Amino acid sequence: MVGLVVVSHSERAAEGIREVAAEMAGDVSIEAVGGDPDGGLGTSTPVIQEALDALADEKGVVVLVDLGSAVMNTELAIEMADVEAEIADAPILEGAVNAAVAATSPKATVESVLEAAEEAAEISKL
Amino acid sequence: MADTATEREAVRSAIERVAARMEEEKEYLTDLDSAIGDADHGANMDRGFQAVLEKTDGMDDADAAELVKTVGVTLISEVGGAAGPLYGGSFMSASAELGDGITAESTVAFAEAFLDKVQDRGDAPVGAKTMVDALTPAVHTYKKSIEEDDLEPVEALTKAVDACQRGVNFTTPIRAKKGRASYLGWRSVGHQDPGATSTLCIVEELQETAVEYLGDGSLEADATSPTVPDEEPTPGDGGPEGV
Repeated sequence: MVGLVVVSHSERAAEGIREVAAEMAGDVSIEAVGGDPDGGLGTSTPVIQEALDALADEKGVVVLVDLGSAVMNTELAIEMADVEAEIADAPILEGAVNAAVAATSPKATVESVLEAAEEAAEISKL
Repeated sequence: MADTATEREAVRSAIERVAARMEEEKEYLTDLDSAIGDADHGANMDRGFQAVLEKTDGMDDADAAELVKTVGVTLISEVGGAAGPLYGGSFMSASAELGDGITAESTVAFAEAFLDKVQDRGDAPVGAKTMVDALTPAVHTYKKSIEEDDLEPVEALTKAVDACQRGVNFTTPIRAKKGRASYLGWRSVGHQDPGATSTLCIVEELQETAVEYLGDGSLEADATSPTVPDEEPTPGDGGPEGV
C-alpha cells in the first residue's frame, strides 16, 4: 500500500489530522510528526526522515505538509530517506483525507494518491 | 591553502568563531525574528552551532570537506525551522567543493554551490526579504573579486562582507514575500531580516578566520605552490607553519 506522512508545525495538529484521516483510511499506514528539535512549534528534518523510514515497506509515500519550513524540511528528509516519496501541493487536512481514501484502493500508486490529495485544493466549502 | 592539518585547524577556528558569534547574537537575532517571525532564530542558530562545536570536537583526522559536511548534517538535525535545511543542507552539499582542499578557486565554487542550494531549496528571489538578499551579493562579489579583479582571498572576503552588509540593510525597507514574515504583508516593512543578519555574521567570521590564517591581504597559497613566486614576504605572511 501507499503510506502517508502528515507534517505540521504542531505535533498535536499532525496527530489530530491523522485521527480525522484515519477514519476513512482502512488499514493505510499514516505517520504524524511535528515540532522543532527543542520541542517547540516547527518542523525538523530528522523527525520527518524517521517517519518516512518507518514506511519503507510501503509502495511509496505521499506527504501532506502545512506551512513554510515544513516543505523544505520534508524535501530534505525525502532526499535523505530510503523511500520513494512525494509532497502533495494540497491543504493538509483535506488533502490527508482525500489521500487516505485514495490509498485504500488496491490499485493505488504514489501518483494516484498524490493526485487525489492535490484535488483537495479545489474543494469549495460554501 | 595548505596541508590538511592546517586546513582542519582553520575550519575548526571558523566553527569556533561562528559558534561564539551566534551565542553573542542570540538575543539580537531572536529580537529581529520576534518582530516578523516566530522569535526563535537566535536560539535555533545558537543551539545548532553549539552542537556543531561538540560534533566536530575530536574529528582529528577529518579534512576540511568532512568537517564542513558535519557542520551541515548537524545543523539539519539541530536547528529545525527553515534555517536548518537552508544552512544545513547548503553546508552539506557545498562541502564537496572543498574535497581537494581550500584554495581561492575551491572557495568560490563552495560559495556558488552554497548559494545555488539555498536558492533551489528556499525558492526565494532577491528582494523577498530573506537570507538570499545578503548571500547573493556576498557570493557574487567574492567570485568577481577573485576571478575578475584578481584580488587576494582576504580582500575578496572583505568586499564580500561589505556587499553582504548592504544586502542586510536592503532587507529593512522591503516587504517580505517568502517565509513566515510574508504572512505579515506590509507590516514586515521596516524590520531587518533575521536570516540575512545571521548570514552576515557567518560571512564576517569567515573573513576574520581568513585574516587569521592568511594574514591581512597576503595569499597563503603561494607558500605551498613552488611554481608561484612569493613576491612580498611580509612579517604577517608566515604561512601555515607559523600557526
